[in-house]
Amino acid sequence: MYLSEDFRLKVGLAEMLKGGVIMDVTNVEQAKIAEQAGAAAVMALERVPADIRKEGGVARMASIRVIREIMNAVSIPVMAKARIGHFMEARVLEALGVDYIDESEVLTPADEEHHIDKKSFKVPFVCGARNLGEALRRIAEGAAMIRTKGEAGSGNIVEAVRHIRTIVKEMKRLTVLGKEELVHEAKNLGAPLELVEWVAANGKLPVPNFSAGGIATPADAALVMQLGAEAVFVGSGIFKSEDPEARARAVVKAATYYKDPAKLLEASEELGEAMRGLDVAKLPEGELLQTRGW
Amino acid sequence: MKTVGVLALQGDFEAHRKAVERAGARAVEVRAKDQLETIDGLILPGGESTTMLKLLEAEGLAAAVREFGLKKPIYGTCAGAILLAREVTNPPQPSLDLIDITVERNGYGRQIDSRIAKIDGDLEAVFIRAPIIRRVGAQARVLASYGGDPVWVEQGRHMVTTFHPELTGDLRVHRRFLEKL
Repeated sequence: MYLSEDFRLKVGLAEMLKGGVIMDVTNVEQAKIAEQAGAAAVMALERVPADIRKEGGVARMASIRVIREIMNAVSIPVMAKARIGHFMEARVLEALGVDYIDESEVLTPADEEHHIDKKSFKVPFVCGARNLGEALRRIAEGAAMIRTKGEAGSGNIVEAVRHIRTIVKEMKRLTVLGKEELVHEAKNLGAPLELVEWVAANGKLPVPNFSAGGIATPADAALVMQLGAEAVFVGSGIFKSEDPEARARAVVKAATYYKDPAKLLEASEELGEAMRGLDVAKLPEGELLQTRGW
Repeated sequence: MKTVGVLALQGDFEAHRKAVERAGARAVEVRAKDQLETIDGLILPGGESTTMLKLLEAEGLAAAVREFGLKKPIYGTCAGAILLAREVTNPPQPSLDLIDITVERNGYGRQIDSRIAKIDGDLEAVFIRAPIIRRVGAQARVLASYGGDPVWVEQGRHMVTTFHPELTGDLRVHRRFLEKL
């Protein structure tokens, strides 16, 4: 599967997004602001995670009209979210022609046991993960890109940091284990042995590894990239801030110059207020989005 | 040993760096103007051309890369080919005008129209939301075509492909570029 033409094309687009910023947008105007600021792609949705969190109710795939308008308005790739396990929402998005589908915990799950069989689609998928086992199960299902879940809509980077550190640490560990230990490890991780062996041999995931969930500032973006993320998703962080245009440009700059503190200083200057954040530790368990997915 | 810079603002610059190394040259990631003085040739990788253009302009790198191209070879893949072109359509956007071609962005359509094809006999060409070269100037030479459209073009020291040899193990395209250094 990993050498198949389809899978290489799916991973290929993820390769092209590396070093970039994928921004959540809810209308054409925001999509154009994101493109002008240098976003590598946009995620079309009806409400950003911070609003989903506030307003509650069932969060579904965005309206087709909104997604289509955004696809027509920008020349960069357009992604859209489907509910976990909702393979028919995904089929609709595939027929619409979106460039990537995010099977996302930000929306209300449609299936509490199964994720989408992503291999059977021509359109590529990205999925969230909190740890290596989760990441490898999603890849086994056909995901061509992994992102940390973080805690979407919180404006708090702590969970994304926890998830990227966990995944990187678990991968490092595999590289020093013997063959027989990997079998045991595959059992513990709940992941296919073939993928566990691949990670042990290469020290990284077989697909690009991005970060999402709580990125609100240029320094947040640089932090997760320093920790091993290859690109970042910014959800509520841009359009829930005081000055979306300036902040969007600043995060794009930070994703490129994440190793250069002088450039990060430039990117961090003259920005208005960031989005108001949430203390994730004080959120009741039932309000966490990251625990969705199996 | 020759040194090739890979513009590392955004995109698949890491894949190019590895391909250059496998092809037998030193590779460095380029993010600042002064690094251009230390390299023999430059690769503009695949990625999003609008993103790269914004970052090139914001850092005053666009003029410096153009200046570099007046003396040294540049190879652009996909987004890089868009940046090097004389003219860009769908939609129009500024470019460096170092190679006399007109490029239509997303010429094949969206991601579901991305494809892998054999060109020029047995060369595997990976097209990802690829542009199509709609016009080739008198000074430019077509090295390979796919479906009747030029996909590998050179003009003097510069070269473009609309496909991604860095995503295959085949080093022929990179080797040809190294010969220009």
